Amino acid sequence: MKIKKISKSIYEIQKEGCMNVPAIIYASEDILEQIKQDKTLEQVKNVACLPGIIKASIGLPDAHQGYGFSIGGVAAFDLDEGIISPGGVGYDINCGVRLLKTNLSKKEILKIQEKVVEALFRKIPSGVGRGSKFQVTKREFTKILEEGSKYIIEKGYGVKEDYLNTEEEGCMKEADAGKVSERAIKRGIGQLGTLGAGNHFLEVQYVDEVYDEKAADVFGLKKEQVVIMIHCGSRGLGHQVASDYIKEMEKKYGFKNLPDRELICAPIKSKLGEDYFEAMAAAANFAFANRQLITHWVREEMKFLFPNVKIDVVYDIGHNLAKFEEHIIEGKEKTICVHRKGATRSFWPGRKEIPENYRKIGQPVLIPGSMGTASYLLVGSKKAEELSFGSTVHGAGRVMSRHQALKQKKGEEVKEELHKKNIEVKSGSMKGLAEEMPGAYKDIDEVVNVVDELGISKKIARLKPLVVIKG
Amino acid sequence: MVNKKFKFLPHTADIKFQAFGKSLEEVFENSALAMFNSMHEGKIKETKILNIKIDGNDFENLLYNFLEELLFLFDTEGFFLSKIKNIKIDKNKMTLEAEISGDNAEQYEIHIDVKAVTYNDIFVKKENDKWVAQIVLDV
Repeated sequence: MKIKKISKSIYEIQKEGCMNVPAIIYASEDILEQIKQDKTLEQVKNVACLPGIIKASIGLPDAHQGYGFSIGGVAAFDLDEGIISPGGVGYDINCGVRLLKTNLSKKEILKIQEKVVEALFRKIPSGVGRGSKFQVTKREFTKILEEGSKYIIEKGYGVKEDYLNTEEEGCMKEADAGKVSERAIKRGIGQLGTLGAGNHFLEVQYVDEVYDEKAADVFGLKKEQVVIMIHCGSRGLGHQVASDYIKEMEKKYGFKNLPDRELICAPIKSKLGEDYFEAMAAAANFAFANRQLITHWVREEMKFLFPNVKIDVVYDIGHNLAKFEEHIIEGKEKTICVHRKGATRSFWPGRKEIPENYRKIGQPVLIPGSMGTASYLLVGSKKAEELSFGSTVHGAGRVMSRHQALKQKKGEEVKEELHKKNIEVKSGSMKGLAEEMPGAYKDIDEVVNVVDELGISKKIARLKPLVVIKG
Repeated sequence: MVNKKFKFLPHTADIKFQAFGKSLEEVFENSALAMFNSMHEGKIKETKILNIKIDGNDFENLLYNFLEELLFLFDTEGFFLSKIKNIKIDKNKMTLEAEISGDNAEQYEIHIDVKAVTYNDIFVKKENDKWVAQIVLDV
């Protein structure tokens, strides 16, 4: 495969075979070498073969091998010619990140660090098979699917500002619970308010470094301030929605012309394409509500530990979604369908989708690090319009398989190493901890520097963990 | 090893495996065992028995549906698979019937959340006299 360097950190794989457009990879030289180690590039190329794809199939610096579409990928489709694909969103629909700010300082957490980790671990269900204590009737659950976090806030689990500072105000209006199968509802109804496992986490962090004081001030953040990050998604409900529609689309449209069966899709303007989008939106609302409920419990528990604590939502954004958005295509404004799988929307100042209080400076972009490493707060910038359909990275991206990670270290060692760095970790599974060890991921600092230099999002602050609850 | 039931293949983030069998039934059985083995490696007690029926439109789709049903039972009933007691596949009708045994998942340390079965790089085929299936699980 021929990879041509276009300019610093921009590489192109020219059209060949079934590709309708070229593939573009944004990466530093080192990161590109890491990306070449697995099937990522092949997967980015496969996506370029899908009908109606616009401009290019894009791989971001955190790209790694996924299933069908790679992770860390962006693909935009024309509404008339194009397709929508559940595999281009991922099974964990609206897996995403929420950042909370507190009025606490790093010192206050360090004083009772172990108490904090124990209390949050007890309160927030994490891991596999740990269900939620939050019980809802099916009728209420349907409301949650259609109204998202707004609904549970109205029921008393938060304040209005929480949803105002959430992508889509915590509710994708296109959601239709009627498009979600009974099986999906059955899988999801007992899982609202749970983190799940894998790379999902809840972290108490502090602002370690501020790169842009003015912007940080708009987001209400300053050095040493304690923040809380929640990383989770739509759990079994989203997984089942994806599976259901993959099977339906396969039945209707087949997979004969596709380079990989997982790329199954439907025309955007088809009944099935529309049904999937409305079901996906319902799963997205579940994920917003999920993060909202966890926020409520975090507030309760922190209030118990720190009676004067005040906790506000900075922002909440997904990184596994398909969205209809207006972009400039060949000089004209056009609505297109942007698939972001392991990619974060990164909108520049002025976009109407950004909460009013932030609109002047741009949309907050939340990048979770791997366990024990830094996470970042960035802000969307105009360059993302030109380069990546208003998108940026979603994390560091894995570089080592789970199997390799297990061979290198035991969970106990990982815990001890983090303890020496003043980070307290608690997880339901020691093995799970080893699989998620910091060395299994790319260097988040380098990944973030690439997008900052490219200008598709700009660094605002670096956040470092003090307490980690691992799924 | 001659009689290996399954083997895990390298994958950066997800779980990829191949399962083997002398018959189609056996390769399905071993695929299910591989999936649960990726979540927990130890021995699983047989405290519950369930009967399931699956249909599909080709071998890959049937396997996908079979594994997905097991994940569904895991998520909704906390059923962790121990053994496939009886399994019958009708190749013409493309249907599967199985009696499965397992235990309550809460009894075990499960280190991975298998979110879904995927179609990525999937195949079910007969090579010489042996059946081989390949699956990528999203975790």
